Amino acid sequence: MTTTTATAKTDGRTESAGSTPGAARGPRRPGRIRRIGLPYLLLLPALVLELLVHLVPMVMGILMSFKALTRFSIRDWGAAPWSGFDNYKISVDFNAPAGEALLHSFWVTCGFTVLSVGLCWLLGTATAIFLQDTFRGRGLLRALFLVPYALPVYAAVITWAFMFQHDNGLVNHVLHDQLGLTDKPSFWLIGDNSFIALLTVSVWKGWPFAFLVVMAGLQNIPKELYEAAALDGAGMWQQIRRITLPSLAPVNQVLVLVLFLWTFNDFNTPYVLFGKAAPEAADLISIHVYQTTFATWNFGTGSAMSVLLLLFLLVVTGGYLLLTSRRRKTADV
Amino acid sequence: MSSTSQGAPRSPMAAPRSFLWARRIFLTLLTGFVLLPVYVMVSSSLKPLQDVSGTFRWLPSGLTIRPYIDIWSTVPLADYFVNSVIVAGAATVCSVVIAVFAAYAVSRYRFRGKRVFTVTVLSTQMFPGILFLLPLFLIYVNIGNATGIALFGSRGGLILTYLTFSLPFSIWMLIGYFDSVPRDLDEAAMVDGCGPLGALFRVVVPAAIPGIVAVAVYAFMTAWGEVLFASVMTNDTTRTLAVGLQGYATQTEVYWNQVMAASLVVSVPVVAGFLLLQRYLVAGLTAGAVK
Repeated sequence: MTTTTATAKTDGRTESAGSTPGAARGPRRPGRIRRIGLPYLLLLPALVLELLVHLVPMVMGILMSFKALTRFSIRDWGAAPWSGFDNYKISVDFNAPAGEALLHSFWVTCGFTVLSVGLCWLLGTATAIFLQDTFRGRGLLRALFLVPYALPVYAAVITWAFMFQHDNGLVNHVLHDQLGLTDKPSFWLIGDNSFIALLTVSVWKGWPFAFLVVMAGLQNIPKELYEAAALDGAGMWQQIRRITLPSLAPVNQVLVLVLFLWTFNDFNTPYVLFGKAAPEAADLISIHVYQTTFATWNFGTGSAMSVLLLLFLLVVTGGYLLLTSRRRKTADV
Repeated sequence: MSSTSQGAPRSPMAAPRSFLWARRIFLTLLTGFVLLPVYVMVSSSLKPLQDVSGTFRWLPSGLTIRPYIDIWSTVPLADYFVNSVIVAGAATVCSVVIAVFAAYAVSRYRFRGKRVFTVTVLSTQMFPGILFLLPLFLIYVNIGNATGIALFGSRGGLILTYLTFSLPFSIWMLIGYFDSVPRDLDEAAMVDGCGPLGALFRVVVPAAIPGIVAVAVYAFMTAWGEVLFASVMTNDTTRTLAVGLQGYATQTEVYWNQVMAASLVVSVPVVAGFLLLQRYLVAGLTAGAVK
């Protein structure tokens, strides 16, 4: 993933597998074919499954996006007529209802993703740093904080859905009945508030992963760095700013990307929270495409939208990796 | 990475008061946020129905275990449970075995196409599930029509799907873990007459147990919690908990106390397992993913 890892790994490999005399300490296996064939044989199951479940369907999905499909022709989709870029035209015609709705859903998803990833990262990093020193109750807190991550999505989200109920939910009871902050009980699962509800659940569910990864990353920072900084008179806050945070850069590069992809593609949270039809304010792209595909049987248009989504993710991921890798390289020098 | 003790103290210096106070306030608020739904889940599951139908009550008017009895008859929860155990268990076992083989190949051999393989497998993580849901459904139906192997609607199809979900991350993490097992060890084993596979199972796998446990936990949780494919690819007899739990919410009245009881019951196995094994997950992440 990162430049440092790559070099470290190649070094280790050339050392033992290189053709230099050093290789003599490795045993010479008889049978060249066996030696060459074995790694491929070991990879075969993984490769076949990934092909079957991910790559072949993806190619199929791309083909389907160029076809005119109805709920009747879907069973024999290969024979359905080609329709050129019609499905794409419908998807990106932002003046027509379908395109307009897709664009709206895209912006909602972008806003949701930025806020959710940002908050998850912030909470996860802060907590990992606060839990770095040993103190009483640290182990307990660590286990406790991982509970949202360990809970099955649907169990956690159903509980939140209960808390957000209009008549018998905890949120309205606290905000309206007990604190009197709202004039009347609000609706959280329909209307504009649903965005806040979705964001809350998403952050609650997602931040422990950031915590887990940053916690693992912290353990790889050499203690000597802190000792040296302490000798130089750097205080706790300064050590965090000057040593901890910069040292986490490689971890963050991967973490933020993974969080971004998961959040942007999230289907489970809105699906369990709102049911099949998400309110407009929280109409995430996965739900939107699912709706287009399965509720209205626009299979071709649904496929075209998924392909556009994939292209967008590819561009963002590629750009992100390029940008962060370059910045880290210049920072290293 | 194994030399530094877990959670070594950051500095020999005592933390300043500002830091201690910030920590205290932050952790208290966060604990409240994290525990709130857990409290709601546990307390509501012990309430009589009128408590969860009317205005929310912090404390139950009376404790009852009725919800825990009723959940099994309102929906066929036991069947869903069995389905989920079979699907998640089988997916985990297959995923871990396949990932071990693949990671061993990448970690120990040089071969043409290695980079292509790792990049391809990892990039499948990026695909939105929604993109291949419909095609995969069609593939399963077609395979069923052509060969008679029922993948659509069956547990087998779901197992196959779920194991590929956790595979990329598992392979990635295990590569890092296997790389950290000294090569001299398996070379010594091979000198002693083990084949490459003997070296894998007698030396590398035992040395990488924490990583393998971490991967297994991840694979199980992935399969146990997945909703999208379960909602499309199961039928009445193969329905998993992810979909089945919504059964309480489609009644004319929602039995929230039963919903909470059922949520708790399906969560306990995974949460308990996860908390017991989380140490391995952190160790596995430290060695593998986050280097």
